[in-house]
Amino acid sequence: MIEVVIDMESEGESISTHLKGEIVIPGQLIAEGRYRVGRWVYREGDKYYAYKLGLKDIRSVKGKPTVNVIPLAGKYDPMVGDLVIGVVVDMGPTTWLFDINGPNPAPLHITETPWKVDFGATGRYFKVADAAVLRVLYKDDTSHVQVTLKGPGLKKLHGGVITEIAPSKIPRVIGKNGSMIAMMKRLSRCQIIVGQNGRIWISGEVEQVKLVEEALRYIENHSHLSGLTAKVAELLDGDASDAVRAREEGDAPPRRGRRENVKFERRKE
Amino acid sequence: MGSPKEDITLIDEKGRRLDGRLPNELRPIKIMAGVLNRADGSAYVEWGNNKILAAVYGPREVHPRHLQNPQKAIVQCRYNMAAFSVQDRKRPGPDRRSIEISKILSEALESVVLVERFPRTTIDVYLEVLQADAGTRCAALTAASVALADAGIPMKDLIPACAVGKVGGRVVLDLFKEEDNYGEADLPIAIIPRTKELVLLQMDGHLTVEEFKEGLKMAYEACEKIYELQKQALLEKYTKRKDDLLDKETVEKFLERTEIPSEKTELEGGEGGGEEEIEAEEIVEEEEEVPEGEEVEEVPETELLEIGEEFMEE
Repeated sequence: MIEVVIDMESEGESISTHLKGEIVIPGQLIAEGRYRVGRWVYREGDKYYAYKLGLKDIRSVKGKPTVNVIPLAGKYDPMVGDLVIGVVVDMGPTTWLFDINGPNPAPLHITETPWKVDFGATGRYFKVADAAVLRVLYKDDTSHVQVTLKGPGLKKLHGGVITEIAPSKIPRVIGKNGSMIAMMKRLSRCQIIVGQNGRIWISGEVEQVKLVEEALRYIENHSHLSGLTAKVAELLDGDASDAVRAREEGDAPPRRGRRENVKFERRKE
Repeated sequence: MGSPKEDITLIDEKGRRLDGRLPNELRPIKIMAGVLNRADGSAYVEWGNNKILAAVYGPREVHPRHLQNPQKAIVQCRYNMAAFSVQDRKRPGPDRRSIEISKILSEALESVVLVERFPRTTIDVYLEVLQADAGTRCAALTAASVALADAGIPMKDLIPACAVGKVGGRVVLDLFKEEDNYGEADLPIAIIPRTKELVLLQMDGHLTVEEFKEGLKMAYEACEKIYELQKQALLEKYTKRKDDLLDKETVEKFLERTEIPSEKTELEGGEGGGEEEIEAEEIVEEEEEVPEGEEVEEVPETELLEIGEEFMEE
């Protein structure tokens, strides 16, 4: 098997050969026939059209061919269970109001924290501009969102840097099976937490943090192209073997057991 | 619509107009998507001598709060002409005309955007007319729908818009300033190309039923052309570099840098032509978004969610 490291900035190189799929435009006909309607797709008769600017994706879901559009742009739309990084913008006697990069700020109630917070004592735990790793607990039909700090890995953040990228590019940052982010952590020796809302917390040596930010910026601008792992390895002073390792990790079967331990379940009140 | 002028010939015996166009000819149109970095989505349109910049923000919090709708998002357009956009200085600020245009453009866009998906939010569209030469509302709407798509806002279709009018007794497409000022009628329309629905139709002046029908037909055809330009503009944003194939030299340069000797010899042995190299490159690509076959059982969101959980567990 031949492994080639691709430098996408090189001259004379075609961008069309790197595209991960066909780019579709709102209203464009994507498929005809019998399919399941996936994300950002609508159907009229046996014709399927795109709702969003994105990459066309036809895949088999539970044995049935499904048409999807993978968005290339768009703001963060909170979903129950999302891991997000929030910043306090306001507080009351029983709640903190977090900016989670969504359309509206999300309240965190004192009962949704691992601590016992007295009425009116919110200021002792979080101040305005403090950051935390949160999970979206609740969202209703009128877009009211609530977040929680109860759960594995959810915590107040101390130190580090928060950088923002387009939320639609987050899957590329994570990579297949988390391979891209694992490689970035390994090469940079930084702690990295990726929020679904496009915020990424990085903590480590200043020089390394800068490199990670640069790599994230690169992923954001080239997310619709393939061969990213190799370029990111290069940006983080790694070599071809790191990209190959990440590739192998991406192909390996997911570690089921560990995932189930942290699986989020929506609590029924 | 100004008063018809006697001493100006807007269309000659050969059917040519003042700027040399035929009655059913559009002005040259250039559309660019994603021109502003700070906005969520943006577009720039040059339509003859019209120059229009569109910026989209949202979905975001509604201010003032009483405007928010718990059932759906609102689309708020602001059409604004720059002071320097016309020959005599335009007094800055909203006036009767720009308030009207803002309203009709908002309503036209609201008919394609999936407003129900974003309750209690607003989608703001700012349209700045930098240079005007008649037909700015059509050009602005054309730019606005490209900017909305660029912002990743879900919509049923793009909206192309175009005007027809009556000049020197003939129905003509896409009026420019003199024709607009001294012609007999102006009829801007905007359509949803897939369903052929009208989302904007206004008329200034007088047309007979036959002229109206002829004009409408002409405008529909023009809208189809504009639609193609809009699609092209969005695609170009993601495929700016159009060199066709990887050349051999580039690939060899890559191979030298990787320093994996066995692979180099393999490629040389294989007489690496253009196609060979592309195959080789595809091996490196990691496809978390498009895994093949039965590996995928869940919808992408859950998949990502689980991955997210895994690595945040430092």
